[in-house]
Amino acid sequence: MARQSLEVAVEGLKRFLSEQNGFDEVTAAKIEKLAAELQGTDINGFDHHVQKDPVQMIEEGFRYFKTNKFDKNPELYNRLAHGQWPQFLVFACSDSRVCPSHILNFQPGDAFMVRNIANMVPPFDQLRYSGVGAAIEYAIEALEVPNILVIGHSHCGGIKRLMSHPEDGSAPYDFIDEWVKIAKPAKAKVIAKFGNLSFETQCEHCEKEAVNLSLINLLSYPYVQKAVASKRLRLMGGYYNFVDGTFYRWEFECHFSPHFPA
Amino acid sequence: MATPSPTTFSQPFNFSKDVRRTTLKTSTIFGPKLKSGEIEHTHLRLLTSFMTGPRLELKASKDPPGLTQQLDNSRLESLAETENVCDFFEDLKHRFLRFKKRKFKENLEHFQNLAQGQAPKFMIIACADSRVCPSNILGFQPGEAFVVRNIANLVPTFEVHITLHLVYFEFLLPKQTSPLHFFFLCVQSGPSETNAALEFAVNALKVENILVIGHSRCGGIRALMSMQDEEDSSSFIRSWVVVGKNASLITKSAASNLSFDQQCRHCEKESVNHSLSNLLTYPWIEEKVARGELFVHGGYYDFIDCTFEKWTLDYEGGNLEKNSRFAVKNQFYWC
Repeated sequence: MARQSLEVAVEGLKRFLSEQNGFDEVTAAKIEKLAAELQGTDINGFDHHVQKDPVQMIEEGFRYFKTNKFDKNPELYNRLAHGQWPQFLVFACSDSRVCPSHILNFQPGDAFMVRNIANMVPPFDQLRYSGVGAAIEYAIEALEVPNILVIGHSHCGGIKRLMSHPEDGSAPYDFIDEWVKIAKPAKAKVIAKFGNLSFETQCEHCEKEAVNLSLINLLSYPYVQKAVASKRLRLMGGYYNFVDGTFYRWEFECHFSPHFPA
Repeated sequence: MATPSPTTFSQPFNFSKDVRRTTLKTSTIFGPKLKSGEIEHTHLRLLTSFMTGPRLELKASKDPPGLTQQLDNSRLESLAETENVCDFFEDLKHRFLRFKKRKFKENLEHFQNLAQGQAPKFMIIACADSRVCPSNILGFQPGEAFVVRNIANLVPTFEVHITLHLVYFEFLLPKQTSPLHFFFLCVQSGPSETNAALEFAVNALKVENILVIGHSRCGGIRALMSMQDEEDSSSFIRSWVVVGKNASLITKSAASNLSFDQQCRHCEKESVNHSLSNLLTYPWIEEKVARGELFVHGGYYDFIDCTFEKWTLDYEGGNLEKNSRFAVKNQFYWC
């Protein structure tokens, strides 16, 4: 009963407020958050005092999505049920803090997304790196995405591991070290150029250089070469710094100059 | 809503079986006289030409519009493409600023704490499909889930990621009439991306839960189910989805009377179970699951009618036998 009264009150408040014109985006978001908090359905707030059971956590998350997104956009989700036409193929780190759906607000259908340690794109290798290759092949050949975006980030554990890894191979991690060594050229460049700077600064440079290396490695895939050459595909880099809340983006351009006779 | 009946799934193939199959395949590809360095050199040449070739200029540009040079003479086309670059660049900027206003600044203290370190409770393995991001469908917030996304949310086994190459060399030294023969056994790793993430999540971050999420109308599973043995093996997709081959074999034998679409749906779930089974082939995962420090779950998201199924591996350590089956518990169906 109490819950019903509460819901009626919240709906009434929302109706009243919506009749007031001229809310900017920030105010509208605050009202939405307030309404959600009153209804006890705000999962966008960070409630650290309650240690939730993991199953309860994902059930609440799913119900929120279904009620507030899926059921409220039937046209979109009906279309998505029949196919996907993402504008981006995104490579992002598996780090829990950097999901592109949060930081770039990607909604269902927006971005085909690969997430791995240190957001790496390894060079073409059908045996060792078939996972990444499969995602690139599918995104370009089947989905015809027009943009690839590789996003690095601050305090990346994978890059830190690469930068601190002793050269004599005495480290205990088998798979991680084998994987992050893909970015060894980036490490070499950073040490050569910034070897006199602090370890943290070198890591930050390497996080960005590794993105550039991944963009270059993309060109080792024939479908990427073809699509870039015919201008159907753009390659972009990004860097999310969650310490100061900034995002840098840049484009990787490559082209053939006109042919000159000898 | 009826809860699905308990499902069981079998142990993956043991190592010796797979080594034999791999060796046979290798000899048909490489033949008796291939020099071991050949493939590697080809790969390196390709990379080198991109780095130093005279006709290809590589330029990393920070500023958005107007810098893409055109080879054709159409200025209009050039402007239209410039606008496209503008749009996507501007789009990214607006997307980020929205996040910064609505989430980052509103929860500054939390983000500052997160900047010091992450302690996610979950590791998620989900498909790269644009419609199934776990942050959207399960509401994971920054800091809550370490996420791996690949085609068809597959987890390779611990053992079978190694491929053996039998390589044969022939040397004819000066003043010798018959050549010297050498055989080398080379080990080359198979798909390795997911393994590194598993190692990091379980051993470094010490996550308490691993959740593998399959989904409806998965293109990768469809490719797996459509795979014919005699097909051209130059496709990356094929080289990757073969990781889930056992799931497709089980599906084809168990569900042969169903339509292809229904078989694919069956395989989407079977593949999740197969991945869960593969997780236990990692010794450090199996140890933690046996001790009750780590829980392994399967999930299935159906985006046609928006439902989510979830189940947990019921593992009693120490009683693994050949072809033993694992039970599940705590099954839920949310709709």
